[in-house]
Amino acid sequence: MRAANRKRNLVTAALIAPAAGWLSVFLVLPFIAMLVFAFGERAPEGGYQPAFTFAQFANLPTRATAFWNTLMLAPAGAFLCLLVAYPTAYYLAVKANPRYRLILVSLVVVPFWTSLLVRTYAWMYILGSRGIPNLLSMIGIEDVRLLNTPGAVLLGIVYGYLPLMIMPIYVSLEKLDRRLLEASADLGAKPVSTFFGVTLPLSLPGVMTGVALVTILLLGEYLIPQLLGGGKVFFIGNALVDLFLQSRNWPFGSAIAVTLVAVVVVVLMAAMRIAWKIAGTRQVDLV
Amino acid sequence: MRAFLSAVYLFLYAPIALVVLFSFNAGRNASEFTGFSTAWYGKALSNTFLVAALQNSLIIAFTSAVLAAIFGTMAALGLERLRPRMRALFDALLAAAIVVPGVVIGIATLVALVALFSIVNPALANLWPGERPPQLGLGYGSIIAAHGLFSMALVTMIVKARIASLGRDIVEASSDLYATPLTTFRLIVLPQILPSILAGFLLAFTFSFDDFIIAFFVAGSKTTLPIYVFASIRRGVTPEINAIATMVLAASLLLILSARLLMREKKSKSGE
Repeated sequence: MRAANRKRNLVTAALIAPAAGWLSVFLVLPFIAMLVFAFGERAPEGGYQPAFTFAQFANLPTRATAFWNTLMLAPAGAFLCLLVAYPTAYYLAVKANPRYRLILVSLVVVPFWTSLLVRTYAWMYILGSRGIPNLLSMIGIEDVRLLNTPGAVLLGIVYGYLPLMIMPIYVSLEKLDRRLLEASADLGAKPVSTFFGVTLPLSLPGVMTGVALVTILLLGEYLIPQLLGGGKVFFIGNALVDLFLQSRNWPFGSAIAVTLVAVVVVVLMAAMRIAWKIAGTRQVDLV
Repeated sequence: MRAFLSAVYLFLYAPIALVVLFSFNAGRNASEFTGFSTAWYGKALSNTFLVAALQNSLIIAFTSAVLAAIFGTMAALGLERLRPRMRALFDALLAAAIVVPGVVIGIATLVALVALFSIVNPALANLWPGERPPQLGLGYGSIIAAHGLFSMALVTMIVKARIASLGRDIVEASSDLYATPLTTFRLIVLPQILPSILAGFLLAFTFSFDDFIIAFFVAGSKTTLPIYVFASIRRGVTPEINAIATMVLAASLLLILSARLLMREKKSKSGE
């Protein structure tokens, strides 16, 4: 029996080993390295030289604009996304003809899986001087600037992440027990009070999942602010690319990256806590 | 309500449609359609930089997706047999690989690899008997490793979910009938999880093929297709980019539809 047990353990170890190795070498070690770098100094010619200083973290306020933009526009973008996503998900889950439901839902998901770079580029095209502003000038409205504004970035965010917001809400609405809605109606509730008293509260876990997912992804966003904000609406991701690939200040960049991960963890934990409270259970999947 | 839904679909697809339409525009002008032409596709495909970037992207996406599918499936099978505490630790690491922003994954990998190279390369130079010692550097390897990390976590999650919904009784029946564990795996388990492994592979391929930000950090001097597209966009909007963008869209669409078909098959089977 013992030999069988040992063999079983060996097989388990062999199955896990490659993945465990990969996770250690390309996730755990890099994080430790980044943490070490964050307490170091920039070498004169760029890059890193060993030191132990908190100076990089003390420098964080010099990038306050990037943090401010990210921490304002990421949740704002997620909220705008929600405003469009909820009615869409509601229609798909509750009102849509079951026969076409799968097709309609697939049509929502497909764009999310196509290149965000290309989809964002499409908006550069539409908002750029040869797009909508050009059309407007034909009817006499001159000098409209849409590209490279916070509004363009928000639009890009809603466009890019809408499918990701719709899906979890759709799933939670679809799981909803129809008998509860009937019961509510039987007890004399108007559709509006059924919605606010039954449907909405029961879909909140999906809403939370969507908002958390989109917000977390947006915290590390680079492409949308770069292409639609034109370097005027900077996110943390843009600051990081700048620090690592242009000014080669690796320690400062590492300090910002460490801070970003800390923010992501805090947002994630807060989201999970709120989700648990709403759902009353611990079974909320954020990933 | 219906009008709202239509507006949402219009919002989702109109920009894509516009790019596709203007990729067939005869003229250079981006704001008026002057005639149908496939000239820009010919121009794009005879662009050697573009073709090289495409080749790089395909090699990287294929390799990282294959590795992710194999190691991810092995991990999903192994996780089952792990003690709860170890499993929780492993699950947390997998979740981290998915949740941590791509920007940070890219930076962390870059930082770690450069630190590693600064130790290994001088050592290699000392030990090497010949004149020109090999130099480790950023390139295919670093992108494959960084993409594979996310992809492997993804495959593990998908296959794990499939294994969880697998009937235990049939596996037990198989071993009661004296099948060796390997035979049981080959004849019972593998056929049932194969669609989800393939779906995971295709999602991994799509992710790697579309990823810009991670590759941007760890590519070194290698150029992938998204990096090339990004660089061209910054040089200015041209019809050639519309043609490239359309081809990228078509490729990822094809992949994602295949993945969804496989997942659907999985669903209908488990519904029986």
